[in-house]
Amino acid sequence: MQNITFLFAAYSLIWLAIFLFLLNLARKVTRLEQQVRHLEEER
Amino acid sequence: MKSIKPLYFTLAVLTFILMEGALYMAFLHAPTERTMGDVQRIFYFHVPSAWVSFLAFFVVCIASIAFLRTGKAAWDRLAASSAGIGLLFITLVLVTGPLWAKPVWNVYWTWDARLTTSLILWLIYLAYLMVRSYTSDPERGAKFAAVFGIIGFLDVPIVYMSIRWWRTLHPAPVIGGGGGLAPEMKAALFFSLFAFTVLYITLLLLSFRIRSMEQKIQALKHNS
Repeated sequence: MQNITFLFAAYSLIWLAIFLFLLNLARKVTRLEQQVRHLEEER
Repeated sequence: MKSIKPLYFTLAVLTFILMEGALYMAFLHAPTERTMGDVQRIFYFHVPSAWVSFLAFFVVCIASIAFLRTGKAAWDRLAASSAGIGLLFITLVLVTGPLWAKPVWNVYWTWDARLTTSLILWLIYLAYLMVRSYTSDPERGAKFAAVFGIIGFLDVPIVYMSIRWWRTLHPAPVIGGGGGLAPEMKAALFFSLFAFTVLYITLLLLSFRIRSMEQKIQALKHNS
C-alpha cells in the first residue's frame, strides 16, 4: 500500500469528527430532556 | 414532546450500516487507482463530504428564505441546524483534501481557485454561526443570520464551477465533468454519496430536535 499514512489519517479524522459531533448531540439531548422533565414537574 | 426515539434509532442503525458499506466499497470493492495508488481512496469520503456540505448550505439558503417570508421560528431552527452540519463537512473537506494533495501534488496547500473558494465557504459559515451566537437579540440575530445564509450560498456554485472557470491543480469534476472513472469506482462513489446523505438527514433531525427542545425550555422558563 502506498502512502498509507495519509489514507489512514484522512479516514481516522473523518470518523473521529463524526463520532465527536454525534457524542456532543447525544449529550445535549440527554441534558435537555432532563431539563424539560424538571421544568414540567415544577409547574 | 412526542417521542420519536424509534425513528432516531432506526435512522442511526441504517446510517451505521450504510457507512460500513461505504467503507467496504471504498477499500474492497473499488480497485486501486493506477497513478496515485491507495491514497486515491480518500476520494470516496472526500467528495461525499463536499456534497453534504453543499446540500447543507442549500438547505440553509432555502430555510432562510422561508424564515424571512413567514417569520416561523422552525425555519430558523432548520437553517441553524443545517449550517452546523455543513460546517462540519466542509471542515472535513478542507482537512482530507490536503492529506490527499501532499502525496499527489507534493504540497498540503496551494492557493488554487477550488481550494481558496472552499476556504472562503468555510469562513462564511463559521461567521454565520458566530453571528447567531454573539447577537444579543435572538430575533434580530436570526434575521441577520438568514440574510447571511442566503448571500453565503452564492459561494457554493462558485466553488463547484471554479475548476471550469480557472486553471487549477484540482482534478476535473466526476459528476457532470466527464471524469473517466472505472465502473467499480463509480459504484463506490455513488454508494458513499448515498450513505453520507442519510448521515446528513440523521444529524439534521437530531440537531433540529435539540434546537426545538432548547426553545421549549426557554418557553417553560418564561412561563414559570
